[in-house]
Amino acid sequence: MIRFLRLTWVGWLLNMKSLTRSGLFIFTSVIEPLIFATLSYYLFKAGHRPGTLLYASLSAGLMGIWTSTLFGSGGVISWQRWQGTLEPTVASPPPLLLVLFPLTLATASIGLYSLTATLLWGRFVFGIPVHLAHPATFALAVPVMIVNLGALGLVIGGSFMLYRNANALSNMLEFPVWLVTGALVPLSLLPGWVHPLSWILSPTWGFRAVRAAAIGGDAWPALGMCVVLGVAYAFLASYLVGLFEFRARVRATLSLT
Amino acid sequence: MSAVRIFFVGGLTSYRALFSWLSPWILIPTFCIAPLFQILLFAYIGRTTHLESDKFYVVGNALQYASLPCLFAMAQTIDGERYQKTLPVILATPAPRLPLFLGRSLPVIANGIVVSVFAFTAGGLLLGIHVPVGALGSLALVIAVTAFACTGLGLVNAAAGLRFRDTAVSSNLFFGFLLVFCGVNVPLDDLPGWMSTIAQGVPLTHGIEAARKLADGASLGSVRGLVAAEAGIGVVYVAAGYGFIRLMERVSRQRAALEVA
Repeated sequence: MIRFLRLTWVGWLLNMKSLTRSGLFIFTSVIEPLIFATLSYYLFKAGHRPGTLLYASLSAGLMGIWTSTLFGSGGVISWQRWQGTLEPTVASPPPLLLVLFPLTLATASIGLYSLTATLLWGRFVFGIPVHLAHPATFALAVPVMIVNLGALGLVIGGSFMLYRNANALSNMLEFPVWLVTGALVPLSLLPGWVHPLSWILSPTWGFRAVRAAAIGGDAWPALGMCVVLGVAYAFLASYLVGLFEFRARVRATLSLT
Repeated sequence: MSAVRIFFVGGLTSYRALFSWLSPWILIPTFCIAPLFQILLFAYIGRTTHLESDKFYVVGNALQYASLPCLFAMAQTIDGERYQKTLPVILATPAPRLPLFLGRSLPVIANGIVVSVFAFTAGGLLLGIHVPVGALGSLALVIAVTAFACTGLGLVNAAAGLRFRDTAVSSNLFFGFLLVFCGVNVPLDDLPGWMSTIAQGVPLTHGIEAARKLADGASLGSVRGLVAAEAGIGVVYVAAGYGFIRLMERVSRQRAALEVA
């Protein structure tokens, strides 16, 4: 257990430092959310719904968390491949899943930059007051969502292991998930067939929990769903990473780009 | 004759050298799926906020997506040369610079037009908007002019790529800037005055306004001023981009930074 915690801590810290030095990551985790926060602000304000400005600001931050998780986790295998560290990583004694988890957790954690940036942007540029309805629940909901997205990141990273153009797939999934998980649009407006899809995506519940904690409402059912889905993702990721690692070894395609 | 060959053949070869873009695994998600979902996202936000009609968002976002290849591919046709170690060789040749650089923009403009037309058609069909059949030809013209203007901005971006390493960041920044400032999703009247003023001097703004009027049934003659303004802005940006590229080339030579940026 101590070894696992140490591995998680060191891997998380290393990847956080590495991502923080990447211009593209700073863009996706800070600048892009600010762009969407600005757009959301003007869209909601022009639509004469000023009461929802904190909702818009918060949503832009949550969208940023998904973006950084998606790009970071989707690219985690590809980047290791390009840098030539994938083979040593796979060959190292700990299970690959435990090596990858801190990396995907870090990509979700860096999404905190997004949330902080959009809330501060809303507060100081647009004068949106940040009054959290349930501060303690908010402080719990955010890390639960981050760990949950880290687990989802493992599923994404594992699934993209065999595909060399993983980054393009990441590009494709950014907007659809924003839409389907109700990041900025109420799910009730979307067609009925979208709803079951949104239920199995943990960002739906994570966003709902954080929003309820910040704006008002009962965050606990959504938090519960987050935990359940997180455990399910961990099992799924364990199976997928094992399967794809085995296939890549059999076909000798691990390092091929 | 040599300049014409460099313009057309060199431009096409350079574009084809972006072979990764030609892979369906990259091309389809980037140029087909992403714009559709951007249109859907903003159309649904529009429905949530009761701000504008679906047509407003289809036209705005379809035209804005013309800028994606214009910004990214234009920068990559130069930045990619550095990555492939061919940039110093190209800049050491006596080839005239005007056809060398501008030739690379022609396939990019065509790419921008195709992406925008696809997004407009598919987004329009998905959301069931109505556009007069008689306006389609004029809309195609406006899309072409807008793609040209965006490529001018792409040239400026490409020039920055000669000096700064990460064109992916600058391309994304320009893309986001256009999304916020040009009235793509928020009517210019609802933006602060200084933002609307800046928007008058950048590509897309006039093209989007013209396209929206055409989609509402206006004639080409009634929007000719907007189309001319978009084309004029495009010419200014192409000239500025070319000048900026020459400047950056000289600076990179002086600092021996062509390969390292």
